[in-house]
Amino acid sequence: MSLSDFIPFVPEIFLAAAGLGILLAGITLGKKGVRTLIGSGVAALIVTAVLVWVFGRPQGGPQVILGGMLVLDNLAVFFKLIMIAASIIALIMSAGFLERSPYGGGEYTSLVLFATVGMMVMASGANLASLYVGLELMALSVYILVGYFKLEVKSNEAAVKYFVLGALSSGILVYGISLVYGTLGTLDLRGIHQALAGMAKLNWAAGLGIVLVGFGMLFKVAIVPFHVWTPDAYEGAPTPVTAFISVGPKAAAFAMFLRIFLGAFEPNIAAWRTVMWVAAAATMIFANTAALTQNNVKRMLAYSSIAHAGYALMGIVAGTAMGLWSVMLYMLIYTFMNLGAFGFVILLESRGYAGETIQDYAGLAKRHPAAAAGMLVFMLGLAGIPPTAGFMGKLYVFAAAVQAGYVGLTVIAVVMSAVSLFYYFRIVVQMYLHDGEEDEPAELIRDRWVEAMIFVCVAATLFIGVYPGPMVGWARAGISALGLG
Amino acid sequence: MQIPHLLTIVTIGPAVAAGVLGLIPGRYERLHRWLALLASVVLFVVSLFLWTGFNPDVAGFQLVDGPIAWIPQLGINYTLGMDGISLLLVLLTTLLIPVVILASWTSISERVKGFHISLLLLTTGMIGAFLALDLFLFYVFWELMLIPMYFIIGIWGGARRIYAAVKFFIYTMVGSVFMLVAILYLGFFHHQLTGVWSFAYADFLKTAPQLAMGSSILHSPQLLVFLAFALAFAIKVPMFPFHTWLPDAHVEAPTGGSIILAGVLLKLGTYGFLRFNRALFPAAWEACVPLILILAVIGILYGAWVAMVQPDMKKLVAYSSVSHLGFVMLGLAAGTIASTQGAVLQMVNHGLSTGALFLLVGVIYERRHTRLIADYGGIAKVVPIYTGLFLLVTLSSIGLPGLNGFVGEFLILAGSWEKYPAVVVLGALGIIFGAVYMLWMVQRVFWSPFAHEENRDLKDINLREVLAVLPLLVFIVWIGVHPTTFLSPMEAAVRLLLAR
Repeated sequence: MSLSDFIPFVPEIFLAAAGLGILLAGITLGKKGVRTLIGSGVAALIVTAVLVWVFGRPQGGPQVILGGMLVLDNLAVFFKLIMIAASIIALIMSAGFLERSPYGGGEYTSLVLFATVGMMVMASGANLASLYVGLELMALSVYILVGYFKLEVKSNEAAVKYFVLGALSSGILVYGISLVYGTLGTLDLRGIHQALAGMAKLNWAAGLGIVLVGFGMLFKVAIVPFHVWTPDAYEGAPTPVTAFISVGPKAAAFAMFLRIFLGAFEPNIAAWRTVMWVAAAATMIFANTAALTQNNVKRMLAYSSIAHAGYALMGIVAGTAMGLWSVMLYMLIYTFMNLGAFGFVILLESRGYAGETIQDYAGLAKRHPAAAAGMLVFMLGLAGIPPTAGFMGKLYVFAAAVQAGYVGLTVIAVVMSAVSLFYYFRIVVQMYLHDGEEDEPAELIRDRWVEAMIFVCVAATLFIGVYPGPMVGWARAGISALGLG
Repeated sequence: MQIPHLLTIVTIGPAVAAGVLGLIPGRYERLHRWLALLASVVLFVVSLFLWTGFNPDVAGFQLVDGPIAWIPQLGINYTLGMDGISLLLVLLTTLLIPVVILASWTSISERVKGFHISLLLLTTGMIGAFLALDLFLFYVFWELMLIPMYFIIGIWGGARRIYAAVKFFIYTMVGSVFMLVAILYLGFFHHQLTGVWSFAYADFLKTAPQLAMGSSILHSPQLLVFLAFALAFAIKVPMFPFHTWLPDAHVEAPTGGSIILAGVLLKLGTYGFLRFNRALFPAAWEACVPLILILAVIGILYGAWVAMVQPDMKKLVAYSSVSHLGFVMLGLAAGTIASTQGAVLQMVNHGLSTGALFLLVGVIYERRHTRLIADYGGIAKVVPIYTGLFLLVTLSSIGLPGLNGFVGEFLILAGSWEKYPAVVVLGALGIIFGAVYMLWMVQRVFWSPFAHEENRDLKDINLREVLAVLPLLVFIVWIGVHPTTFLSPMEAAVRLLLAR
């Protein structure tokens, strides 16, 4: 291996170095430099995106680099750019929030950057070991971010719960990986694929390994019954962190999920797909039902994000090329909608820390028509109503499931989408149909940057909803990666 | 004169107008009203070019716009087209929009901007759904109608508006999600048969009838897909027993919302039955005709009986809709050329008559803030012009010869007679009941002894309100006197549809 082998890895190296630099700068700047630090974090992410585009793209077909640890393909580029975009938007949304809090910006920004590095490795890992390292880098950074507001009890509680359950799931995952390695003799995804394809009958140890890796992955993307950490973590975390962890890490976990299951474990699809079917159905049914009764908006959005993982899982159940790229597209669309929705929640947090109930939204449409219209778009999008992007995302996932013969699962999904309208529309009902003049109404804070990001998310949600062609084409370019095309 | 992309202009025009209104600050309320009125009148005038550009001898779709690739990966195109059936329904829509704006001129006094934006977006959804020739596009327009109507009921409605809006929303949504799966399934089936993805109506006409009909429901995809479509449309019509959202929605909706709901939205249900269920799934349709007939007759009689005992005028008119739409379904299910033409005409008739009834009930509600029949009585002397108009519309609604309702009901019953005489006899009972509850209401409101002093100073209908109702009256009489104007353009289309 020579130094030039590291060239495709330059974006990650740069981002990690930038994270370290910002960490050091944060110590000297202290509380005053929040905007500078976040600004430099955003700049570093933008540079990283450019570097990904320049160095990180595959020349020709998929390219294995660094001794088989990472692979450069369109799937990786697609997910890396989604994650970088999510990190940029989340960081910008955090600026005002952090300034109003007693905490500094250095560690915060650098943790977001480290998490992004981890996610980028997860998106391009070609080996279970590198995937796992990426996952842990992301996860550890995120645990700290969730507990970043160290004087808040809720933030601490959320971090501890998230950490304990996350560590447990990592343990399960590693155990599964060890069984796979023990029976198949390799950690390389292609090697595993070949070994499994060559086996006439799956032996029980390898089977158990696949099951445990599956459980670990379901944990990370928060699928029922491995979802219990999500509502607490989402509710307790500072809202910009919630916005971040609900999209970036989720997209990264799905990228890893796709690589492992539609890549390495694809020969045994018949064995694990039924489990995924049941998990997807249970997730959609349970999460959407549970969301109905939530009064805390962040908790409700947490259950909503669990439900969305369930929809996306349908693409993996389908197991086809279309299933693969529909999940990619879904993650892209979901990222914008969810970030936008949380951006609105950030604006509403004028009355202290994370105390926003649904009733706080009463009459907002009258007092803040533009922002309320934005939230309406996100609620419609998350519910999957045309002409928003959320509809397109669901459409492709559902079409993939129908094409693969899973009409029953699709029926469950559409029925639960109809149920989901009910809770998304509780917010809309409050905003538009109630006056909110009975009791002390909540006010939105003015934060130009958050507003700008919400606008970006609205534009993306509507644009992809009306004209999905280019995004679909881009996602489809990723399918060659796993040899499903 | 031929305008290029006329269908697109008529469809997207209202949404563009809504966008323009969106840019104007909400405090200029008069400006919003006038601009919306202007836009809707222009829309109506432009839509008349549909009429002049339409060739009644051609059965297929005309003035076709597209196909323009929209989502090429799934073969989804933007295609609009019009035949004689959609022509009439689009014209009904464009006629009703200015009426709605005029009717809401003073009754909508809050968030004027939002109301007109909602109404114009709704218009795009309705016209688009009538014209879409790609099932996916149809679904998008279908869903597009949902949110504006939800807001119109929920924001500008009466005391229980939130309940009514949510109920409307849930019912409609439950219906449409199954339709989405069915549409996807049809696309998938087409892909399986031909190897090409497509959601075009023309392609589905070829492949959808090939869906298997098995021995039981669960083993017959055609029946399942048929039922998925039928549920969406049956809720929209609404057919008994899916009608329970309708009285709530109507009673709580503002006058303008009721007019548009009864006038156009319900027609999308019956239109969908004809355009999709009837044409795409002939075998399943054949199997379900008895069921549809039974539900139609129940709807006719049940709607009439419930209407009879309503103390609230608006609720009475709402239940009369259930009864009238039962006739339309009867005509469609009987499936002869005369009964189907009658059914399509009756869709238009119901839009005109019931729209006018809701408008007139709204007029008096605005003055007295009550719709209870018992709060009126003997007001014919106080408001003579209003009384005359109300009576005329009532007579049109109950099917007096010489007015529109008679033609439609007569065609439906006469056309169904050869196939289902027993059903016709029962349905004809519905006409009698209809006359009873409508005339009884008119008698109690206008001619019974003068009971309430508050009604002494009731102001008669004003010029704006007359202008609002006048276009409807013109067509009520026109259809009654010379129905051929409206029957001949759709004849070729109906024949083609039934020949499948």
